[in-house]
Amino acid sequence: MSTTVRQRTTGQQPVTRSAIRGSVLGIEGMPMHEIDRLLQLARKMNPLKARPLLRGKRVLLLFYEPSTRTRASFEIAAKSLGAMTTLILSSGSSIEKGESLLDTAYTLRAVGADVIVVRHPNAGAPHLMARHLDIPVINAGDGMHEHPTQALLDAYTILRHKKKLNGLQVAIVGDLYHSRVARSAIHLFSKVGARITLCGPPELLPEISATLAPGLRISRSCEEAVRGADVVMVLRVQRERLAGLKLSLPDYISRYQITMTRLRLAKNDALLMHPGPIIRGLEITWDVADCPQSVIVEEVKNGVPLRMAVLARALGKA
Amino acid sequence: MKQSSQSHSLLIRNGHLIDPVARVDALMDILLRDGQVSEIAPPNKIRSGADEKFDAKGLIVAPGFIDLHVHLREPGQNYKETIASGTAAAAAGGFTSVCCMPNTMPVLDSPEWVTWVRQPQRGAVVNVFPVGSATQASKGAVLTDFRALQRAGAVAVTDDGKPILNETTMRDALRSSAEINFPIVQHAEDTRLTQNCSMHEGPTSLRLGLRGMTDAAEAAIVDRDVQLAQQFSGARLHVAHLSTAEALTAVRRGKRNRARVTCEVTPHHFALTDSDVRDYDTNFKMNPPLRSASDREALLAALGDGTVDAIATDHAPHAPHEKVVEFERAAFGVTGLETALGLAITVLHGRQKMPLARIVELLTAGPARVVDLRGRGTLLRGSHADVTIFDPKKRWTFDAAKSRSKSHNTPFDGWQMTGKVVATIVAGRIVYRSS
Repeated sequence: MSTTVRQRTTGQQPVTRSAIRGSVLGIEGMPMHEIDRLLQLARKMNPLKARPLLRGKRVLLLFYEPSTRTRASFEIAAKSLGAMTTLILSSGSSIEKGESLLDTAYTLRAVGADVIVVRHPNAGAPHLMARHLDIPVINAGDGMHEHPTQALLDAYTILRHKKKLNGLQVAIVGDLYHSRVARSAIHLFSKVGARITLCGPPELLPEISATLAPGLRISRSCEEAVRGADVVMVLRVQRERLAGLKLSLPDYISRYQITMTRLRLAKNDALLMHPGPIIRGLEITWDVADCPQSVIVEEVKNGVPLRMAVLARALGKA
Repeated sequence: MKQSSQSHSLLIRNGHLIDPVARVDALMDILLRDGQVSEIAPPNKIRSGADEKFDAKGLIVAPGFIDLHVHLREPGQNYKETIASGTAAAAAGGFTSVCCMPNTMPVLDSPEWVTWVRQPQRGAVVNVFPVGSATQASKGAVLTDFRALQRAGAVAVTDDGKPILNETTMRDALRSSAEINFPIVQHAEDTRLTQNCSMHEGPTSLRLGLRGMTDAAEAAIVDRDVQLAQQFSGARLHVAHLSTAEALTAVRRGKRNRARVTCEVTPHHFALTDSDVRDYDTNFKMNPPLRSASDREALLAALGDGTVDAIATDHAPHAPHEKVVEFERAAFGVTGLETALGLAITVLHGRQKMPLARIVELLTAGPARVVDLRGRGTLLRGSHADVTIFDPKKRWTFDAAKSRSKSHNTPFDGWQMTGKVVATIVAGRIVYRSS
């Protein structure tokens, strides 16, 4: 790989380019064959019996926001494939001293990163890095924009229970406006030809959400959205991003919380999904979270093989 | 600005003169002498000799363009732009006069700083007319001394970059405006509705996961200000960089009610929409943001029907460290001086079939009226010898790297345009000539 860390034109803006192959920035721009390829590859990945495909590779995990599942599963995925990982958090690094995102990226490239996995509070941060780096960038969640590996692992999880994604009836309920998981899921389900109903209050699901992808339906009734669904995906109300929105939580709970009564309106074999973290008693009741239809824990587990696939692909090893 | 005590004359021959004020749209020769328009006559009728001749065959000769809205960044931010570099870009864009905004460091809130901006040692190559700050340090609380700013040479006041949000403050400003016949330029944005927002609110902002500014945030302020302006006979309100259909409705209502309300529209707002914000390119981030396609349609109509008084660039240079960052953290603003004419001719004339004379009016007589630039915006005999000569058919590609501005934050890099400035003449002297 080139040792050029960065190039500059005559004192002006840094050279930009399109993202390096293997970068995963979002589902919206990902071709269907690439989605299929990653899902197939994930099926072959077993963290306990993996070949060290990525031996000698350095995976840099750059996290500007808190994370439990995504961070742990990327790290375990990388290590299972024999890669070395280094975690950089915004606190305790030079980011606290004001180092810019790009300079941080150049620094990580200089210490030998072969791929950077980044989580960032600003939408488009991975895209900015990818435009300026000659190594792949994996988006582990950017602001309210996308969380592509979550959508992929959800698709992977569904495929462990259902024959195909095409034609499935999917209800996504909760705080869609603030959710990067929702945006990625919507693009993915739309691409595979699922029938998607979005459900939530107008504050968390504006009418224009129907324009996000082809074939979306919006419902303000949880019962209507869930009825007959093959998949019910619940999203957390992101209180940390509400910023001035006046949302009555008791109101929300009474109208949109997924309870056993509401879940029973879905198909008998419906899957109950939630990207986590779950707030029991808010968007979901205690018993729903642990009910037999719930695949919440399985989603987390599936994050590992899926991210193994993404990393292997990013580094040209699959 | 270059001042010369020596006598100098320049004859512009064979050009097609468009001067909406003089109602001329025909082949004419023009003689400029000692900084003034000395003679205008049909081709080859001017008998007086001239020190210098310019052959404008096949070109349009127009009054020098006037930009009501530029950020020259001095004092205090010369890493983005200087008065010298900004006015060089203005000259290359055909602008012979620019009104510079007061949101510098420090803010132009005193007569001393207004005077400083106008001093010859700043190295301006075109006329610079400062706009003073409407409130002290543009904090929106205490009004500045309008009369003192006016005497020092300010042509208007504004808190641009920010609105004058407080209604009482705005009312007081308009009352003073009426008393001393001085325009208040409003950056119309109800900032209580646009916290943390980085683009227009619509399908694109939702898709990109960016918080969006509602169009109501602009309209609410324009609506209020138009009503306030009607309370004081003679108060002058100018709406800067107007961007929404709803705000146009308020301006139309004001004009119908004979309020002295004017407005300007930027080239980027009539050329682009929010759906052009792709891949988080911060060169498409400005405030007000690129709006919806229907807002753009409304702007195009209003530019044509006379509701809009001027095209103004809102030239807002920023350094790479302020722009090559996360979209939400990037500074608002794009450069615009060198692309204004090309965009106006390409979009308004080429696609919308707007007559060239109307475009010239929006770049000359229109803005001259907004801030009372006497003897400018026209080439009537005795006017200032500020002239812009352009080729309305010339196809060219804008290369941001070759910009004369210190900053290159433009969404139009690599754009093919029709219509190019050939020469810019300030006070009878050529300050820019295309190579």
